[in-house]
Amino acid sequence: MALLEIKNLNVRFKTNDGAVHAVNNVDLSVDAGEPLGIVGESGSGKSQLSFAIMGLLAQNGQATGSVTFDGQEILNAPPKVLNRIRAEKIAMIFQDPMTSLNPYMRVSDQMAEVLTLHKGLSRRDALAESVAMLDAVKIPDAKGRVRLYPHEFSGGMRQRVMIAMALLCRPKLLIADEPTTALDVTVQAQIMTLLADLQREFGMAMILITHDLGVVAGACERVAVMYGGRIRELGPVGPLFREPAHPYTQGLLAAIPRVDQNDDELAAIPGSPPNMSHPPPGCAFEPRCTYRRDGCAQQRPALEYFTADRARACFAPLRMFRQAAKPLCCQILMPPQKR
Amino acid sequence: MTRPLLDVRDLHVIFRIHSQAAMPWTKPRSLYAVNGVNFTLNQGETLGIVGESGSGKSTLARALIGLADATGKAEWIDGKDLIAMSPRQMMKYRSDIQMVFQDPLASLNPRMTVGQIIAEPLITHRPGLRKAEVKERVKAMMEKVGLLPNQINRYPHEFSGGQCQRIGIARALIVEPKLIICDEPVSALDVSIQAQVINLLIRLQRELGLSLIFIAHDLSVVKHISDRVMVLYLGKVMEIASSTDLYSAPQHPYTQALLSAVPVPDPDFDPTNTVVPLHGELPSPFNPPSGCVFRTRCPRAQARCASEVPLLLGNDQQVACHFPGPLTAAEIARARQSEVA
Amino acid sequence: MQSLASTMVEHEVKGRSPWADARKRFVRNKAAMFGLCILIFVVLFAIFGNWIAVWSNEELDFNVMGQVATMGQPSIENGHYFGTDDLGRDLFSRTVQGTQISLMVGVVGAAIAVIAGTLYGATAGYIGGRTDQLMMRAVDILMSIPYMFVLILLLVMFGRSIAMLFLGIGLISWLDMSRIVRGQTLSLKNREFIEAARATGVSTWKIIIRHIVPNLLGVVAVYATLLVPLMILTESFISFLGLGVQEPLTSWGALISEGSKTMAYGTLWQLAFPLFFFVITLFGFFFVGDGLRDALDPKER
Repeated sequence: MALLEIKNLNVRFKTNDGAVHAVNNVDLSVDAGEPLGIVGESGSGKSQLSFAIMGLLAQNGQATGSVTFDGQEILNAPPKVLNRIRAEKIAMIFQDPMTSLNPYMRVSDQMAEVLTLHKGLSRRDALAESVAMLDAVKIPDAKGRVRLYPHEFSGGMRQRVMIAMALLCRPKLLIADEPTTALDVTVQAQIMTLLADLQREFGMAMILITHDLGVVAGACERVAVMYGGRIRELGPVGPLFREPAHPYTQGLLAAIPRVDQNDDELAAIPGSPPNMSHPPPGCAFEPRCTYRRDGCAQQRPALEYFTADRARACFAPLRMFRQAAKPLCCQILMPPQKR
Repeated sequence: MTRPLLDVRDLHVIFRIHSQAAMPWTKPRSLYAVNGVNFTLNQGETLGIVGESGSGKSTLARALIGLADATGKAEWIDGKDLIAMSPRQMMKYRSDIQMVFQDPLASLNPRMTVGQIIAEPLITHRPGLRKAEVKERVKAMMEKVGLLPNQINRYPHEFSGGQCQRIGIARALIVEPKLIICDEPVSALDVSIQAQVINLLIRLQRELGLSLIFIAHDLSVVKHISDRVMVLYLGKVMEIASSTDLYSAPQHPYTQALLSAVPVPDPDFDPTNTVVPLHGELPSPFNPPSGCVFRTRCPRAQARCASEVPLLLGNDQQVACHFPGPLTAAEIARARQSEVA
Repeated sequence: MQSLASTMVEHEVKGRSPWADARKRFVRNKAAMFGLCILIFVVLFAIFGNWIAVWSNEELDFNVMGQVATMGQPSIENGHYFGTDDLGRDLFSRTVQGTQISLMVGVVGAAIAVIAGTLYGATAGYIGGRTDQLMMRAVDILMSIPYMFVLILLLVMFGRSIAMLFLGIGLISWLDMSRIVRGQTLSLKNREFIEAARATGVSTWKIIIRHIVPNLLGVVAVYATLLVPLMILTESFISFLGLGVQEPLTSWGALISEGSKTMAYGTLWQLAFPLFFFVITLFGFFFVGDGLRDALDPKER
């Protein structure tokens, strides 16, 4: 049985300009120990999806559908239940570490508080455990630094502290919402390596939310591509990247400028993302789609499995994508010295 | 050889930071944001500037345009030094050098219409123009950057991020500049929109024969637009070379590390033998390391690196390193080992 | 891009300005609209009140004189809608006049604050450095002077006149405003659109007028609506002390002061009517100020 099971999840926001349909009919499951990536551009609903799972939606947001964790329904569960699950079973890390760290408390106190509250450890044990966890996220001189305040850490170190805090109770699921977007590439590489290592080491499931396909490729086994609040394509990372079966995935892969290719002009996706306060009746990607046909603007394609583990939501026949896909094996970044 | 459009020599920008808690008579601390940068930019050429946050790339741009106080020389094509100029003399050159900013929405005044925003440089530099003519030019420029000219009376918040960046580009182009400095123009945009804006910049540059300075923290973005690329680290130039040379055969260890850190959207890619891990983070710019500033994170650092500042040497591919050359597989493996330890 | 251009429509689309958005949010706010209705009512009362009044504010009703407590009650028949004051003057027309004066004091005081405070604060904040230091220390010094004391001294020395009152109130009202505006300017100054204007070479003065001030107006408008009642209160306090406007002119403060003195003789209406207008006006301004803040705050969505 899946660890996390999302069924027909919808998120609406009431605003002055009418309802914004942020997430629509999302079905998704995550197995224990599985790293899953959710990729989408800003406004695709990927972050709101995770907020809905965690019960962290803004005041004017309303989630409907079902989310079960370990067989227990957690969508719109009472705050008491949610608090317990959030603390012990599901942890979340954010783009900005300062959102989840109290700037006026020492890191040691913040970490120990979690442990004494949820695991009933004594202060001494809690402190030792905190230092061990900071060691695990490779913070040099963890013993000395545990007494510092959050602002005394640099950006990358702060992200490590937040990861350590999230892992304190050994969660079964870690939701990472754009964990490296605010960081420099070299630090991003450090943090992503760390996250992937920790995920394996702790054997926890991970939902990695990002706009960067490159980050997902390195850290996840399965990936869901979101656009306009819906999952457009779902499948194992390898086949999905090699042979994308949805025009949006294909366009996204082609639009990424790559250090290992010599394209003169980038293949841009024309147009802009849809306005989710007035979602189109048909496929939301239709106005920007090169494969669009009659009926795409009126009818909405459903997410359907076309192999055992791959699904997509598109009317265009599959063979069109097979022809268009470039073999990726010749695009791999070669080590510099071999050129 | 023809004169370069811009010849920058030994440019320094030092910020004097006065700590809030300090007494008024204590000396302010010096932050060396840009520390002796040399480069030339030819007409019609695109120079990419890459570096992490804190490398001084944005400050360099601001110094060139007169928004930050700098010392050194920046010679324009007519032989005049932009740095030494008084604000009054600079006015003449401001219409030749325009800038495109990082945050598309924040760089547009929310209380002004698109037409007013794009027209502002025009009415500042060509005060004699009639209103109807200004409007006409604004509309023509909007069309050129892919905006609908009938949206001239709309406000920035009614546009998407990509469209706002097009407005910013239109504002920069309206006075027919010779050089446009783009300060991370696409890093706030989504991938699919990013490609649109980059393609637009490339097209406009070719059509109008512009020179571009394109600043980014993302090496892959810079590659597609630049003829030459300059890599900055802690206010110093590490390597400057033609884009093909720099990407196919990077000589400086930092360039290699930076290149290999870019995530590759390919699940079959195995990072073990190619990704050069960089330990730690940028040293404090208040107190940069002695000798080579990169030595604290360099997998190849030796005693000489701490004592002697490496000079930027070479003809086409200039490198500031005592031990240039590609890292060997053994060196990468050693660096990975030390990370685990 | 070509296709975009070819689909271009000739007529220009009208933009939806941030002000229009704010107006929409304001109109939707019930409390603010209620406050606005009150204010409109008070203003109409001040402008057209004299048309309804039977008596002028200077006439003495000799029928009532000497027996105000029994004869001077509010009544429709003899035309004293609000009754008469202690001397037998019509309280209705006196209240109309008081409303005019008090509103004027409030609006003029706030206007001085808005103009002087905004320009001073924006200049100090934008230029920064030593100029900022000097300008703001000057404000600090002015603020440290007990202004009520100075105001009273001014009125005593140069005589009680409306002009003097405006001058006194205007002198102190802009100080707070300049501080608020300076703070806002400091945060605006480093925004990219200001940098963009500087990079193009737009002159300092034009940047302040074209870029800084319009983006400050939200804060200024909110603070100004809260400043008007503050000015009215200050004037009322001065008048209550007997130093404000001089007879035959009057204001809410003066009327309330008179009313409170004769309260013991059973002429409660002399206090109640001016006080009623005074209180609803303050409420009106506070509601409107609150509504403006919600409407202009872009974070509240």
